Amino acid sequence: MKARAFSYVRPATVAEALLAFAEAGEGASYIAGGQSLVPALALRLQAPERLIDIAHVAELRGVSCDGEWLRIGALTRHADAHDDPLIARYAPLLALAAPHVAHPAIRNRGTLGGSVALADPASEFPAMMLALDAEMEIAGSAGTRRVPATAFFQDLYQTAIEPGELLVALHVPVARAEHRCAFDEFARRRGDYALVGCGVMLAMPGDVVAEARIAFLSVGSTPMRARAAEAALAGQALDAEAIRRAQAALADDLDPPDDEQVPAAMRLHLARVLLGRLLGRMEMAS
Amino acid sequence: MTAPVAITLSVNGETLTRAAEPRETLADFLRRDLGLTGTHTGCEMGVCGACLVMLDGAPVHGCLIFAVQAAGASVQTVEGLSESAMIADLQRAFHERNALQCGFCTPGVLVTAQWLLARKAAPSREEIRDALSGNYCRCTGYEAIVDAIETVARRRSAGEAASRFLEEPA
Repeated sequence: MKARAFSYVRPATVAEALLAFAEAGEGASYIAGGQSLVPALALRLQAPERLIDIAHVAELRGVSCDGEWLRIGALTRHADAHDDPLIARYAPLLALAAPHVAHPAIRNRGTLGGSVALADPASEFPAMMLALDAEMEIAGSAGTRRVPATAFFQDLYQTAIEPGELLVALHVPVARAEHRCAFDEFARRRGDYALVGCGVMLAMPGDVVAEARIAFLSVGSTPMRARAAEAALAGQALDAEAIRRAQAALADDLDPPDDEQVPAAMRLHLARVLLGRLLGRMEMAS
Repeated sequence: MTAPVAITLSVNGETLTRAAEPRETLADFLRRDLGLTGTHTGCEMGVCGACLVMLDGAPVHGCLIFAVQAAGASVQTVEGLSESAMIADLQRAFHERNALQCGFCTPGVLVTAQWLLARKAAPSREEIRDALSGNYCRCTGYEAIVDAIETVARRRSAGEAASRFLEEPA
């Protein structure tokens, strides 16, 4: 099918983009990479009257690091998450997750900001924002604000971004020498939506896990932190017993729904298998 | 204003200006407005990969970008890749190995293959399959496609010049 007719504007700055939206009201939609939006337009699930193309807004581009935080411009493409040297060094979890995002041609066009703003619970990058304890920088008419990932993802496709506001950048605390990370997912075919996916960040200054952050995708209406599993690891040596306890704790963290792909019990089982494999790999590497 | 807007872009090395309705996809623009029908429209929702074109040097779905978004960009279609003889060796290997049947997916597959080999001179079969994960072929079962791409990787690494497929079919 073809999209309904719409008008098109291409602002050069965030201020112009916000103004273009305010003029059009609820009938407007921002477009960046468009890899989720354009199919929705083609299927007429959405029919905005005006598309505001933010792909040429310089403020939304680029990756930089101030030593404490890595700033990832919202227009950074999925392919860049894999190839960018600053991301590889300071947020390697994103580089690990990137090859699992859709297919190469989608990764060449889709943006991290778009993926996080859409907040598809089956997408890799929103869940990784949770695992990384990232903060989202949002621009609106009243200025910009930063929202931590734990408050950002609110419900199915619902985030802290208000209508008309724009996601400007993702801010990620830089990975240090004591950090370990791992990512993997189960999908029927490479590039398909994952049945379950998981990213793990561990702070291990010595042999003991000082802090664990574990985030899952495809387990509910939002990406989810697994707090009970994290607590089972904190203060423990990363050994078979600690891993087994973290796997068992997932029953308290996840309550996945039944769906046409897999029953809930199987999804929980797959989440346990996946977490066990990831932690096992990290144990071997530490 | 949903009326056509003037856009200027480079297509296969030629800079041109045309009017395009904002809702017209790049794939439709190439096919209808420029007559470049080598870019195929299959699913029109970014799944099948038949509409892949190079946008500023990297494959993207022609159905997932509106022509107006491509204003100022450089586009290469399968016509541009074949007329410049850049993929002559790929075309030859696909012919030799019978790596197509109906041929509908072939333009997108060639775009992916050219990009893969430009990035990685000797990809493994697994890497070739991974690169092709967004290209649907319902005829071949992929085995012959992977064979053909692997063959070209080997030939290019050995420095064999591409012979023009059109002039001397195998």
